[in-house]
Amino acid sequence: MSVVVVATSASEWTALRVVDSLALVATATDRFLECAPVMLRDAVTGLLPDPWRWIANGLFAIVAIFAVFGLLFAFLTLAERKILGRVQNRPGPNRAPTPTFPFAKFLGKIRTYGLAQPFADGVKALTKEDIVPDGADKVLHFLAPVALLAFATLTLVVIPFGRNLVALQLDAAVLYFFAAGAATELAVFMAGWASRNKYSLLAAMRALAQLISYELPLLLSWVPVVMIAGSLSTVAIVEAQAGWKFGFIPHWHVLTPWGFAGFVIFMVAALAESNRSPFDLPEAESELIAGHLTEYSGFKYAFFFMAEYFGMCALSGMAVTLFLGGWRAPLPFLEFIPSYAWFGAKLLALILGFMWIRATFPRLRIDQLTRFSWKFLVPLALINLGNTVVWALMSGGSPALALARWPVCAAIIVVPFVWLGRAQSASYAPRTYRYAA
Amino acid sequence: MGPHHPSTHGVFRMIVTLDGETIVKLKPVFGYLHRNHEKIGENTTYLASMPYTDRLDYLCSMTNNWAYALAVEKLAGQPVPERAEYVRVILAELTRLLNHTCLAGFLMQDLGCSGTPLMYAFREREKILDLFESLSGSRMMCNYQRFGGCRLDPTADWLAAAKQLTDGYGRFLDEFETLLTGNEIIMARTQGTGRLSPELAVNAGITGPMLRATGVNYDLRKVDAYGIYSRFDFRVPLGDHGDVYDRYMIRVLEMRESIKILQQAFAAIPAGPIIDPGAKLRGFRPKAGEAYGRIEGPKGEIGFYLISDGTPNPYRYRVRAPSFVNLTVLEDMCLGQTVADAVIILGSVDIVLGEVDR
Repeated sequence: MSVVVVATSASEWTALRVVDSLALVATATDRFLECAPVMLRDAVTGLLPDPWRWIANGLFAIVAIFAVFGLLFAFLTLAERKILGRVQNRPGPNRAPTPTFPFAKFLGKIRTYGLAQPFADGVKALTKEDIVPDGADKVLHFLAPVALLAFATLTLVVIPFGRNLVALQLDAAVLYFFAAGAATELAVFMAGWASRNKYSLLAAMRALAQLISYELPLLLSWVPVVMIAGSLSTVAIVEAQAGWKFGFIPHWHVLTPWGFAGFVIFMVAALAESNRSPFDLPEAESELIAGHLTEYSGFKYAFFFMAEYFGMCALSGMAVTLFLGGWRAPLPFLEFIPSYAWFGAKLLALILGFMWIRATFPRLRIDQLTRFSWKFLVPLALINLGNTVVWALMSGGSPALALARWPVCAAIIVVPFVWLGRAQSASYAPRTYRYAA
Repeated sequence: MGPHHPSTHGVFRMIVTLDGETIVKLKPVFGYLHRNHEKIGENTTYLASMPYTDRLDYLCSMTNNWAYALAVEKLAGQPVPERAEYVRVILAELTRLLNHTCLAGFLMQDLGCSGTPLMYAFREREKILDLFESLSGSRMMCNYQRFGGCRLDPTADWLAAAKQLTDGYGRFLDEFETLLTGNEIIMARTQGTGRLSPELAVNAGITGPMLRATGVNYDLRKVDAYGIYSRFDFRVPLGDHGDVYDRYMIRVLEMRESIKILQQAFAAIPAGPIIDPGAKLRGFRPKAGEAYGRIEGPKGEIGFYLISDGTPNPYRYRVRAPSFVNLTVLEDMCLGQTVADAVIILGSVDIVLGEVDR
């Protein structure tokens, strides 16, 4: 019996290889490292009989996402604290020891430079008392972190992390992504409402106001990408950004006027969506203590933290997919580096940007936050939509027209940017001061 | 909000009535740190009160010491040697740098900067505290001034170190301002927030940078010219709007003026005794009478009112605490603003609860 299983898997295996290499014959990157994740999956799930294989493949993807992003989350928290520390002129966490055992005392003497910190934090979060306030809605109080993490994880499913590395290939993947992403705010509202705490409630209301304000620019900012790529599938969008102009300028959407504007709007709205500074109003520690997190402790608190980082990873990953060419290498001769490494590098670069912004900027007020969205980002995103139409119409004509679309489209977005920006900052300006005699 | 709220600068409580997020009523509640400071002052000797003044405003012990010493010197007609006057000016201006730097850092923390300006401010604060420690033996509770001079003579090394710090401080301020002063978010948050009219400020007895931010020209260093301040060339910056941004900027500009005063003081400090040889510290019994000594502390007018009945203890010992007086207009500034604004308005008042509650 077992012999038969092995035999089928082997034939299946070669068949899959053939299909893969046929599909990618143009780019010819059928290298071992490139295919390693898929080969590993097939090596594991290939042992199963055929009817079970699709579910095993799905489970494998789930395990892979949780393992990769779980570890990434752990070390991102460390990275964030280290980077914040460095920016702030202090070392950051560097004291977490490795565990000591009586039989291996040398283990405790290894210097880890704080690399063990995430595990120490995890153990701490697990062993802390889980406090539920007396008047809290116990079911909702429990459900909120679970729901938040669930929705944040769901968004990761449709992102192509590399060539052939997408857990679920949906035709409307982008729509699905933002639908699942919007649900995370609901969980924040649940947490704030269920805690029965005045600060949590204020945070919940702020979270909803922020959601309604920033969902719109977020959605409008990627519509041009869909218009140009002609598909809602993330895989097709990455495919649309393939190739290089003159052999060295990648066809990434961010390198066009409308794409750059869309990318910036997307990133600003993503900051607000993932409740990161300077839009971290729901958890503004100087105003609302910890906002919706005030009444959470132990592992529920860790869940919120995890969901925040998952959400940040998902939105950055989507930004990479939509605007930065997904898993594609920036230059042709760099293609020998596996696609998932490129995706990871771009993702980490964006997340580093998030951290840098957090270390630098103060927080906006809620009315300024919503005004910034409705009076600045939404009009700009709408103009950008029209801009993309102009771009698409002009690209069909003569070479002169194709060249002229660059200044025209840049002007269409820069002029309103300056004009709307002036209106935004009309109420304040740098001041000069006088001196008494 | 409070008394355990993270941004009330100590154990301070505000009973805030909200309409949405807009403040319609605000009642400050304080006294959580009350420790009978004034009564203790009446039950101890004049000298024994000196270390207690450190604990009033624990950021500015040097200026508190000086204000108290000035009151007692007035009461006893005690002269102060030249060198001690210079050292007092140097320490007071260093304290001003220390206090204003910390305040700017805390204010930015209240605005939601995740600690970056505060850590930079604290880096500079540490340097000044190190100086205080090497001079007086204590970082924050200096207990350094005496009636008729100072406790210890600063060495030439100490003066050189202090001069070096002063020379480098301008560069730190430039760096700090590059990060913060022109920041759009900071301008949007602070300009027009927590306005205080000059009339109300004068009527409520507001002093210090908060008063000058409203445009009222009142600096005790110019008005009283106590000590030897008339010898220094410095300007008094004035604001026109009386909002949070003006209060922040006035402090930054004051720090720049302090650096100028310090440089002049380092250039002109004479040799000589640090304390008047005739000064009597133990068994000190001033003749009956009353005196009010006040100086321009970093937070405002810090004054000590003393009544002597000829015994070793004062008959009445009263502190005019700038934090306390400046806090009285909190509700007027906060009405119609949001919760987020109340936090930064409180931060811009610059209070230390040790001084408010006494």
